[in-house]
Amino acid sequence: MSSILLPEPNPDILARRDAIIADLKALVGADSVVSDEDGRRAFETDGLTAYRKMPLAVVLPQSTEEVSAVLRYCHQNGVKVVARGAGTSLCGGALPAEDAVVVGVSKMNRVLDVDYANRTAVVQTGITNLAISGAVGKDGFFYAPDPSSQLACTLAGNLAMNSGGAHCLKYGVTTNNVLGVKMVLMNGEIVEIGGQHLDAPGYDLLGFIIGSEGQFGITTEATVRILRAAEHARPMLLGFASTEDAGACVSAIIGSGIIPVAIEYMDKPAIEVCEAFAKAGYPLDVEALLIVEVEGSETEIDDLLARLVKIAEPFKPKSMKVSSSPAESAKIWRGRKSAFGAIGRISEYYCMDGTIPLKQLPRVLTRISEICGSHGLRVANIFHAGDGNLHPLILYNANDPREVEKAELAGADILKLCVEVGGCLTGEHGVGVEKRELMRHQFSETDLLVQMRIKSVFDPDWLLNPAKVFPLAERVMLENAA
Amino acid sequence: MATVRPAAEWELSNLILAAAERGKPVEIMGAGTKRGVGRPVQAAVTISTAGLRGVTLYEPTELVMSARAGTLVSDIESQLAEKGQMLPFEPIDLGPALGGQAGRGTIGAVFATNLSGARRVATGSARDHLLGVHAINGRGEAFKSGGRVLKNVTGYDVARGVAGSWGTLAVLTEVTFKVVPRPERTATVALFGLTDDLATEVMCQAMGTPYEVSGAVHLPQPMAQRLLTPEFREPGKAVTALRIENLASFVAYRCDKLRENLAPYGKAEVLGDEVSRAFWGELRRLSVLQQDSRPLWRISTKPTNGYRVVEAIRRYMPVDAFYDWSGGLIWLELPEAADAGASDIRRVIAQFGGHATLMRAEPAVRSAIDVFQPLEPGVERLTRGIKSAFDPAGILNPGRMYAAI
Repeated sequence: MSSILLPEPNPDILARRDAIIADLKALVGADSVVSDEDGRRAFETDGLTAYRKMPLAVVLPQSTEEVSAVLRYCHQNGVKVVARGAGTSLCGGALPAEDAVVVGVSKMNRVLDVDYANRTAVVQTGITNLAISGAVGKDGFFYAPDPSSQLACTLAGNLAMNSGGAHCLKYGVTTNNVLGVKMVLMNGEIVEIGGQHLDAPGYDLLGFIIGSEGQFGITTEATVRILRAAEHARPMLLGFASTEDAGACVSAIIGSGIIPVAIEYMDKPAIEVCEAFAKAGYPLDVEALLIVEVEGSETEIDDLLARLVKIAEPFKPKSMKVSSSPAESAKIWRGRKSAFGAIGRISEYYCMDGTIPLKQLPRVLTRISEICGSHGLRVANIFHAGDGNLHPLILYNANDPREVEKAELAGADILKLCVEVGGCLTGEHGVGVEKRELMRHQFSETDLLVQMRIKSVFDPDWLLNPAKVFPLAERVMLENAA
Repeated sequence: MATVRPAAEWELSNLILAAAERGKPVEIMGAGTKRGVGRPVQAAVTISTAGLRGVTLYEPTELVMSARAGTLVSDIESQLAEKGQMLPFEPIDLGPALGGQAGRGTIGAVFATNLSGARRVATGSARDHLLGVHAINGRGEAFKSGGRVLKNVTGYDVARGVAGSWGTLAVLTEVTFKVVPRPERTATVALFGLTDDLATEVMCQAMGTPYEVSGAVHLPQPMAQRLLTPEFREPGKAVTALRIENLASFVAYRCDKLRENLAPYGKAEVLGDEVSRAFWGELRRLSVLQQDSRPLWRISTKPTNGYRVVEAIRRYMPVDAFYDWSGGLIWLELPEAADAGASDIRRVIAQFGGHATLMRAEPAVRSAIDVFQPLEPGVERLTRGIKSAFDPAGILNPGRMYAAI
């Protein structure tokens, strides 16, 4: 994939490379600067592997003060900076640039404070998503947002992208689960926003910052909400003969007043691949499968699942199976959570992330298969049905440049379709470099100007995470309109 | 002073554009029920969004509703109730506490002020459930942010950033928000006669159980005496109340488990559905506050510090207070004082963390002191920058939150 243009690197910065590296080493120590080619190669891409750019240098600071020193230096010298967590972004959010320094927060990964009475934890943002729950799990607590990459992805990246996951129908996304951050601005200034209290004193700066795709500053610490886990949780599987039936069943469940913690949808191609990989007991003779999970005491769960069975009956499920043991529940979720990996074993794929109104599901899935079919490509669909977040995985042959191009074209058409039916380009992955040029399909020039002016408040010189989020031409528009 | 009520978004944007071109400040309001909060706005013209009315989208099975900003909250709640749903964040009604009537507020103002009720401690605040906005900024530009789907990270989260800005960044014209099912049954586990510190322990412990407590409040005895619900008033003691909501068949089990869990603090009583709805309903209207002009503060701090903040303030002045949000939200009334107690209260806040907002005082007092918590220098710089990005001429509710912002 290569259709998205990346700006030419600034030759002046490239010419000063050796001096810049020497200065960075003087600031944070040689051990925290990666400058050799092999070392830098590990940072040349992220989860959107089709795009690669060798960074000028990589800095891995160990403290907020070091991050501040590095940013102040880069600001003074006009050097661009790309912040990086674990580099799992699927939209090229952490893609470096040849004239930019990558600042990675992975060495700052400690839990600084856990406060059960106030239900908060203070952590450094290089911690992985799953490690936060790991730190409080022994006491029955957890950190709610659970993106599929949670084993690897960092909180810093989650904050940048406002990450979601399978369980946000009940628990919300990152922005609903964070109370404060310590952030370094591009000029090196350290600001602390929020804390353990439950709302903001003035403007909701956290609201602006979370989801700003690493373009406002680099967060180094965060105060997150930790929640007490339910007594138990158990999923059930519901298989249907058609997309329409499965979609109508989801509507009926939500309309009944039961809000499950998760309602996951898989289409036939996804079911087949995941079942082959995880042996989760998914039915193979259905067109659509729902994984519906509920929480509570064992008695409450039995009651809820019985209600769900009753709600599902009018839609003539071809198979219904309630998990009978924690081991079986784990298997069911392993199948779903390994879907991306499992599909990756049979083919290269391009993972899309639009959101649609649930009612549009049958129409959208039909259109998706038409779009992919017209390019001669196969597609598997995974869908957070409860909240409308759709992940079509377009399968393609990475060794055939024409097919690569077709996958990109099909992907763009799918996202435009999502916007057309009342949804959006991205539900949880972010815009990054990948969807930058599609932003005009969702937003007017004024909508984009309003956003870009906020960027200019935090980073007036636009040095942080350059050439992402906004169509490249829009920057010019901002300067003309300012 | 003239009040205009545009009936369409284009009319509103023309008004603001004209004001921006002339550099003339405008006061922005919905129905005006919260007009007495903040520093008094000096403007020749008031623009009300009350003419922009009506629910424009409601999909109960997608948990989403859109409404024009001037739609009454009470209208929205009755439409939701018809489908067995409700607003997830239980917005408080400041009307009576500010000397007005209940049930007059608009949905736009709920998001513009982000004033959430007891359920916030469990399921989030108004801003947490805001999915999208249409708005006019101080340049007269109509823009949108977010959308009508539950999960959306396309572009910056401008909608959430504009929430809680009290009409100083943009005028909301339409809001889209998440709604949730109304629980089938509500019950309250109540302990009577606890001191503030023990009550805080009880609330924090309850919030840390798996029984999904959806409200945790403590009313010391003088406040509890003003309750309208007799079952909570008549014991004549302080009330610590924990709300359990769910399917009817689950509520009894959860109340029992919670009582067991809290046994060391005394015998808890369980109050049933009707009584509980009356009790939590009157708290939404802040019924225990005096309906006069004495200074009223709203303090937000970490839950375990709430009672310490009140204790410390009492060293300077006699106050009446009650606690919401597991102890982290304090409503505090005090006798008339020249600066409404601001300097002492802010000194205490500096020691314990959090922020204090003066929600009610005479205009002269509100002009003279910082009504909203003064900001740290770094945050203040960002605040000014954001104000100027949205409203460079400074015409929208100028000075309402901070002098010269």
